[in-house]
Amino acid sequence: MKNNSNPGSNNRTKERYKTILTTYLKEKSETALYRGQQFSRKLIEQQIPPEDLVSQHVQVMQELFPDMSEKLKDSFDFLLEVMVGYGFAYREHQSLKSRQRQLESEIEVAATMQQNLILGDPPTFDGLDIGVISVPAKKMNGDYYNFMNDGANLSMAIADIIGKGIPAAMSMSMIKYAMDSLSQHCIKPNLLLENLNRVVEQNVNPSMFITMFYGVYDPTKHKLFYSSAGHEPGFFYSKKEDKFHDLFAKGLVLGVSKTVSYKEFEKKVEPGDMIILLSDGVTECRTEKGFIERQEIIELIRENMHLPAQQMVDRVFYELEKLQEFELRDDFTLIVLKRV
Amino acid sequence: MSIQSCVEVRNEWDIVSARQLGRNMAKELGFGTVDQARITTAISELARNIYLYAGHGKVCIEAVEEMGKKGLKIIATDKGPGIRDIRKVMEDGYTTSGGLGAGLPGVKRLMDEFSIDSSVNVGTEIIATKWIR
Repeated sequence: MKNNSNPGSNNRTKERYKTILTTYLKEKSETALYRGQQFSRKLIEQQIPPEDLVSQHVQVMQELFPDMSEKLKDSFDFLLEVMVGYGFAYREHQSLKSRQRQLESEIEVAATMQQNLILGDPPTFDGLDIGVISVPAKKMNGDYYNFMNDGANLSMAIADIIGKGIPAAMSMSMIKYAMDSLSQHCIKPNLLLENLNRVVEQNVNPSMFITMFYGVYDPTKHKLFYSSAGHEPGFFYSKKEDKFHDLFAKGLVLGVSKTVSYKEFEKKVEPGDMIILLSDGVTECRTEKGFIERQEIIELIRENMHLPAQQMVDRVFYELEKLQEFELRDDFTLIVLKRV
Repeated sequence: MSIQSCVEVRNEWDIVSARQLGRNMAKELGFGTVDQARITTAISELARNIYLYAGHGKVCIEAVEEMGKKGLKIIATDKGPGIRDIRKVMEDGYTTSGGLGAGLPGVKRLMDEFSIDSSVNVGTEIIATKWIR
């Protein structure tokens, strides 16, 4: 911002200021003060620095009171000098503000790109009713999920990058590309995680960790094969028992050690059973009373499990959002697969 | 040849002398009160930077005339440590002393022209000019 206010508009502003000030001095009315406030808004819009206003004030005062005392006049010069400091800070503020706007729009573009890259519509798969919700706490999502239908099996991944915001989102994009190439070659969950672990260990900053759950659903055997790299355990709902169990799997988080082996687990899925996958944004929902217990999440799911899977996850998310007064602290991803 | 006056900067009092010199010359040249105050603030910042970061240097003030325009030029030089990353100090919000310390972008905005030249372990030269409107 340059001080390029042209003298013509400067004069008009001065005359306007003089009118308002004269009115105020005469009437001492609230109306005049209100005009003053509106005037200041206009000055800010035109990015007039404070020292310019003080200078105008001095000029107007000299016109109104030609025999103003020297001391009073000097005091205005002093005020002007002090206001230059504020002007200095004001200009920096203006410039930082425009830089912030620029950064925000860049992030906006990146976030849209990321969202398009990673998250598509939940897949449709014969025999399964699938619902997915994934909501970032900030602009960029550090949670990741992916479904892949190879014609026979449905594979699914849910991951959480420890850390939030842009760095997390960037490593997530990397995971996405690694998964794309890996999942074509290995359908065994434990092997996929072992390969992915090597990629992460080599390419991701040591301060960043990634947890992942990877599962493959075989619709002919009605079995879920899965492994986990330190990911928040999901739930398994057994219709027969009418009970929720932890979808337990043990394994080290990705990126910690070069060679890790993972164990494969399996679960028979009967009609009406549900597989529930989540990120720790779900279990780390914090309310005034502290963290939400896994039990409370189970109850929320139970209350809504009569609904189709997508409505169910939307509903559970809404309830949890409400409990947190609509302020997400962590990226939130919840996936439900129900065998119909 | 234009008139040039210089003030050596070694301590805080010298900052005041540099300001005084600049203000007198700005007044003489016919700058308005607001611009006088801006020029003085710019000089103050530059002299303060010398005092804080280089320890010793000088601020010269020069009356300049170019294509019928009259103006005032500030030349601040020191043989201090120099600035490693000029782009960074020219960024808003960057300061090492907190607050309005090394407000070089601020100085640039107060003046009409601004140039900076610095090499590590050699020193820094900043030239800033303001024209009478």
